[in-house]
Order: sequence, then C-alpha cells, then structure tokens
Amino acid sequence: MDYESLKLIWWALIGLLLVGFAVTDGFDMGVGALLRVLGKTDTERRVMLNTIGPHWDGNQVWFITAGGAIFAAWPIVYAVAFSGFYWALLLVLFALFFRPVGFEYRSKIEDSRWRSMWDWGLTVGGAVPALVFGVAFGNLLLGVPFQFDEFMRSTYTGSFWELLNPFGLLAGLISLGMLCMHGATWLQMRTDADLYERARKLSMVLALVVAVLFGLAGVWLYLGVDGYLIMGSADIAQAMTPLNKVVTREPGAWFYNYSKYSWMMVAPLMAFAGFALVIVFSSTRRSGLAFLFSAIAVAGVILTAGFSLFPFIMPSSLEPNHSLTVWDVVSSRMTLNIMFWVAMVFVPIILSYTIWGYYKMWGRLTNGFIENNKYSTY
Amino acid sequence: MISENLVDLSRLQFAMTALYHFLFVPLTLGMTFILAIMESLYVMTGKQVYKDMVKFWGKLFGINFALGVTTGLTMEFQFGTNWAYYSHYVGDIFGAPLAIEGMMAFFLESTFIGLFFFGWDRLTKIQHLMVTWLVALGSNMSALWILIANGWMQNPVGAEFNYDTMRMEMVNFSDVIFNPVAQVKFVHTVSAGYVTGAMFVLGISAWYLLNKRDLPFARRSFAVAASFGMASILSVILLGDESGYEIGDVQKTKLAAIEAEWHTHEAPAAFTLFGWPNEETMQTDYAVRIPYVLGLIATRSTTEEVTGIHDLLIEHEARIRNGMLAYDLLLKLKAGDKSEETRNAFDMVRDDLGYGLLLKKYTNNVTDASETQIKSAARDTIPKVAPMFWGFRLMVACGFAMLLLIALSFYHSARQSVEKQRWLLKALVWALPLPWIACEMGWFVAEFGRQPWSIAEVLPTHLSASSRSVEDLWMSIGAFVAFYTLLLIVEMYLMFRFARLGPSALHTGRYHFEQPGRHGAAAMASPVMNRHHDRV
Repeated sequence: MDYESLKLIWWALIGLLLVGFAVTDGFDMGVGALLRVLGKTDTERRVMLNTIGPHWDGNQVWFITAGGAIFAAWPIVYAVAFSGFYWALLLVLFALFFRPVGFEYRSKIEDSRWRSMWDWGLTVGGAVPALVFGVAFGNLLLGVPFQFDEFMRSTYTGSFWELLNPFGLLAGLISLGMLCMHGATWLQMRTDADLYERARKLSMVLALVVAVLFGLAGVWLYLGVDGYLIMGSADIAQAMTPLNKVVTREPGAWFYNYSKYSWMMVAPLMAFAGFALVIVFSSTRRSGLAFLFSAIAVAGVILTAGFSLFPFIMPSSLEPNHSLTVWDVVSSRMTLNIMFWVAMVFVPIILSYTIWGYYKMWGRLTNGFIENNKYSTY
Repeated sequence: MISENLVDLSRLQFAMTALYHFLFVPLTLGMTFILAIMESLYVMTGKQVYKDMVKFWGKLFGINFALGVTTGLTMEFQFGTNWAYYSHYVGDIFGAPLAIEGMMAFFLESTFIGLFFFGWDRLTKIQHLMVTWLVALGSNMSALWILIANGWMQNPVGAEFNYDTMRMEMVNFSDVIFNPVAQVKFVHTVSAGYVTGAMFVLGISAWYLLNKRDLPFARRSFAVAASFGMASILSVILLGDESGYEIGDVQKTKLAAIEAEWHTHEAPAAFTLFGWPNEETMQTDYAVRIPYVLGLIATRSTTEEVTGIHDLLIEHEARIRNGMLAYDLLLKLKAGDKSEETRNAFDMVRDDLGYGLLLKKYTNNVTDASETQIKSAARDTIPKVAPMFWGFRLMVACGFAMLLLIALSFYHSARQSVEKQRWLLKALVWALPLPWIACEMGWFVAEFGRQPWSIAEVLPTHLSASSRSVEDLWMSIGAFVAFYTLLLIVEMYLMFRFARLGPSALHTGRYHFEQPGRHGAAAMASPVMNRHHDRV
C-alpha cells in the first residue's frame, strides 16, 4: 500500500482506538467517578462496582493499546506529547493506580474506613483521567509550546499549570461530564430499584449539561481561538520530518475542514443527536438505547476534535512550522504496513471475544445478589 | 549538553519502577499456569478440592495481579515521559512489539481474567477451563512481545539508520521477531516466572503442612507445585541465557563483565567461582577458578574464545574513532550534501555512528573530541564489573538452592513422605524470597550490563532522556516512592492475611477455621466477620 494512504489509515486507526477507549473504559471511569454520588449504601456501591467488575481490565487495554499504537505509528507524537505533558500524564497515571487495587482490595475487608478510603480512590481513578484527557485535547486545539532542534530532540517550554487555562478546563469538564453520563447510562442498563432511578435522572441532567458545554466550546473555538493552517500544499503528504513546512494561524481555521469535507459534519451531529436521544430514551426507560446513544455521543465528541484538527495532531504555538501533522510524524512505511495488517487480524478477534465476555456476564445486578455472594464479588 | 544529573535520575526512576513492576510479573506468569493445571485436574477428576484450589490460589494471585497491572501502566508511560529522544529514535522498531503486545496479549489476558474471577456460575466447566488457559496464554504472550522489544535493545537486528528522519527504521521485521537474544531471554524469563509461582505455592503449602491444617488441600497443592517447579527450574538452569551472550558486541561485553574476564584467555576459558574484581588493576584478586567451565557454558565449544575486557576496550576505541567520522558525514548529509560520494562514505561507517554518539557526553560537536575524551568514552563502554560479577553469582546461587529444594520436594511428594520432612517444609517457608531475589538480580545483570547503551551500539543512554528538569525528576521519583511504598504495604498485608486464612477464605464451610467446634476460631479469622481484627 502506498505511504500516503497508510498515513491516513493510521490516523483513522488511532482515532478508532481512542473512540474504543472512551466508549468502553469511559463508562467504567464514569461509574468510578459516580461511585460516591449514586451509591448511597455499601451494597449499592458494590452493585455498581460489580457491573464493571468483569470488564474494566479488558476495557483499560484500549487505553494501553492506543498508547502502544501511538508509539509504533506516531513515535514523534508519543515522544513530544508524553514528555511535554509530563505532569499531566503522571497525574493520570497516579490516579489510575487506584483502580486495579481499588477494585481488587476494597471489598476484601469489611471495615467502613477501609472501604470508604478505596471508594475515594476509585472516584479519583475515574474522575481525574477523564478530566485530564479533556484538558489535553483542549490544549491541542490551542497549540502547545514545543520545538525541535536539528537532531529532532524536542523541548517543551510550558508548565503543568498553563494547561489549566479556561478553554482547557472547559474541554476537561466536557470530557468528565460526558464519561459520567456514559457511566450513568451503563448503570441504567445493569442495575435496578433506587440505584437505577438515580442513574436515570442523572443521565438526563448530564446529557443536557454536556450538550450545552459542547456547543459553548464550539462557539468559543470559532470566535476566540486561532486555528492552524499549512501553507502551500505541495507534496505535504510526502514529508519525512515535521521541520520543513510553513504553518500560519487564522481565526476560524479549525472550522475549514467542515466546508472542505462536508461529510465531517457527521461528527458534531452524532454528538448533539446522541445527547438528545440519551435524554429521550432515559425518560422513556429504554436503557439499552440510552446507552447506545451515549456511546454515539461520546464518539461524536472525540471525532469532532479529531476532524477539526486534521491534518494536525499537535500544533506548536512556539514554532508553528514544527507542528505535528498526520503526514510528518509517522513511522516508516514498512512499520505502518506491518502494524496495519496486525490490526486487521487482531481487532476483529478482540472484538469478538470481548462481546462474548459481555454476553456471558449480562443482566441486571441487584442488592440481593451482592448479599448472597459477598465473598466472591468485588 | 544534557545534564549528567538528569540522566542519572531518569535511570534511577526507570530502574526503580521496573524492578518494582518485576516483583509482580514473575508470580503472574507462574500462577496463571499453575491455576490452569489445577483447573484441568478439576475438570478431569471432578474433585471439588481442585476447584477450591483454583479459587483459593486464584485469590492470592488476584492480590498480586492487581499490582502487576497498576505498575505495568507506569512502564508504558515512561518511555514517552522520560525517554522521549529514545522514543523518537527507535519508536519505528521498538513501538511495534509494544503495540502488538497490547493487541495480542493484554486484551486476551485482561478480558479473560474478568471471566476467570466472575464467570464461575455463568460458564460451563469447559468454558471456564478454556478461559483460565487463555489467561495463562495471554500473560505468556505478553512476556514474549516485551522480550522481543527488550531483546532488540540488547541486539538491534533488522534495522537501519535513516539520516533524513534522524532515526532507526525497520528493514526486516522477521529478524526483529526471531532475534536469537530475544528467544533465549523469553524462555529464560518465563521459566523463572514458573519457578516463582511454584516456590510460592510450595512455601505456603509447606506452612499448612507444618501446622497440620487443611492437609488434603495442602498436599495436592504441594504436589502440583513440586512437579511444575521441577520442570521449570531445570528449564531455567539448562536454558540459562548465558548462551545468548555470544551474540552481538554488547552481549559479549556483558559476559566479560559478569565473569570478570579481564583478558582473553586460551579456549576453553576457566570459570571464576569467586573473587574480588579490581577495576583499577583490571584483575580479579583472590580468584577461585574452575578450568574449562566458562568456555563450555558461554560458547558451547572447547575451541572458541571468550573475549576479555582489555581486547574489547581496544575494539571499542577504534569504533569510536570511526564513529567520529560517521558523525562528520552525517552533518554533511544534513547540511544538504547528498552526493553519491558522501552517501557511500557514510554507509561505510554508519554502523559505528552510535559509538561516535558516546562522545556527546563529553563534547557536543563530537568531531573535536580530545584523546582523553575518546579514552573516557571507550572506558564507558564497559559496565562496572563488581556489581555485574556479584549480581550474577547471587542469581545463580539462588537458582541452585531452589533446584535442590524443588528436587527434594518433588522426590518426597512423589513418595508421599513430605510431611515427615519437617526441616524441608521449614526450609521451603524460609526460601520464599529466593525466586524474587533471583529475578531482580537477573533483571539487573541484563540491563545494568547493557550500559552505557539504551540500544546496544546504536543509541547511548545519555542521549535518550527527555529534556525535563532535574526538579521534575526529583518530584516524580518522590511521588513514585510514596505511592509504591504504600501499595506494597497494603499488598503484603492482604497477602499475609489471606495466606494465613488459607482455603477457609472461600467460606465453603469445609476448611480449617470453619470446622465443627471451631466456630469461634472462624469468627476470629474471617476477613468479613470481625471488625476489630481489621485494626490490628
């Protein structure tokens, strides 16, 4: 396959992995973040944890694999983003520490302080990564202060606190709210009684709030944020390094793609339609459909960010010409080709056994189930 | 130039987090197989005790596995956060096995581990057995791909430097996969994991036998672990990865350091059992040598020499001088002179570019290095001998001690006389730390012995680090130490607690603390019944 197509395919594949991560791991992070909000008693919290008990670990692999795929296909992005966002990533990492141990250890000892401590841990483990991922995406749209030297060593001149600017924080809130909504629709499907009712109401509130914030971010992006634009399109797809191009900044440039490739409008439409239908199906108690449209909304939001940036991945505010794009951060053609075929073979296999796993564990969990199985459940 | 301090702290953080992660990995590798074997016995015989064994050892396995997952995340993040130049320079090759590990191994392991713990009532016997085997397969596949990645760091085959992109690029993927160093490492490492699992089950079962509790349960667990351990320890020792040390220059250097082989001797070389390596005089004081043995182990022949450190230094100095030439030509190429002549000249010395980069520690321009700087860079190519020498010997000593213990356990278990050997049972309990010491030493010898390279002969560690500040590193190291200490305390607490409880932790009513007349004891020991106990 030719190099240019491979570059585009890998942009799509990494997008797919990120959407896969948000749609699967997203709901268990949402459940974690809502653990103390929706779960009023110890048993209710255990119900919540056990709906995701058999799945969170597999879900988290979407995240790990997305990281691995970025390393393999976009090594420059992996290097610049991970070292530049050092403290943001370590914060995510430390928050994620609480999940495997929280799930596994929490219910092993019946002591209210012990359990309450782990419940806080699981809340942090769900909420903090959701927030930080959003903040990171927000900052990509603003541009990030990094540059390269002639040997391709990158330096990053920003600090962690600079990431927490108003637009970044708005993006963080969208991400957190959206994953909480996703978690709440998951709980609608998998719980009953009081917990179900609480999850149902919260899904509707969150869908409304996040839809408004998402719209607000769009307006802000249009009016207040300069987009990035590559000047002179000659052979940009053949670029070998991110150093040899000319990039300018223009108000509204993040919206050019939607007139250039009108099919990209599907992403924001998915998001808004998804939010609306979450409200509709939650209020009519169609919990399966509510979850489905929640997943579509989540995918729509992420794709909107990706489509707006295209072909940029990580624009540089310090030296715009060094911005990272889908054309110039990729691995060699051979590596992209090999990894493409590996993905073609394994992604369908992964999807099929993942679905089998969900199918086998399906059904609503009740308080009674937890009380009858208190030694073998989370 | 990159500050020495920053590089040292980045190395410290990586070493700490990797050694810590590797406390949990070997046990996972071993336990998944032991659980699969126990469950196979359950499905074949239909005996409840085997099912209880899977569930109880599965509980201990789960406590360990949680920390394996937690600390594994750190490893995946850290190449990017702290070794950004490395990630750029070799991501084209190194990233691929990592991504494949995710798709082929982590998904398998992590999806089925959920079903392993939660699927007992939802799956048929055969389905659940299949799930357990797939978890074992997944964790072992993960070891395979990460060791292919690591093997490439030790012996970087199938790749070439590209001056347009300023990085290494893959030219032959099957060379990367079938890298002999990676294959040897894989077998050695997973076998070490199996031994760890076996020693873990043996040690705890021995403790039940010593206390004369849960006897049928403990005997059967002991027997499974002894047989599995016997096969594994033989594989670790016989397929020890010393045979991989003749491939590639850095592996040879590592071998010379491990054996404190200062000078090349006539083949077959003698093995230094003990001694005091002296870096100053380049000789080993008070050495006790066994003739022929090293030559036989390392080269599998009586005629091949084991190259000594002195000769390696001479070789490396010549390659550094070539590397300066390569660096000069690289600058020309980058400046736009892509004439046939320059490209051909560069191709001639390209393989020594990495040696030239070693000088970056001393002079940013490389080509203007002084004689002293060249000598210092050459000296850097030999890792410190004493820690290598002793680390390796400690690992091997642990290995042979375990061979002895496992062989005796296997023998007495087969003759059903193990309960009479109380000294053996006691020794097994006290020997519990041995596999961990051996595994950590193995990691140390392999990775410390790779210095000063992050990618052997290609990229010096010194250049690989991210451009962060020294303060960043101190703060992140502090945070890791705090989190990891806390997590270890919690993990050990739960591990000891559940190991003491034994199979009564399953609440089946069939075991030690739950038997008639022992209800008081059950209440005292149950993790759920008694709140006061939790505050001990």
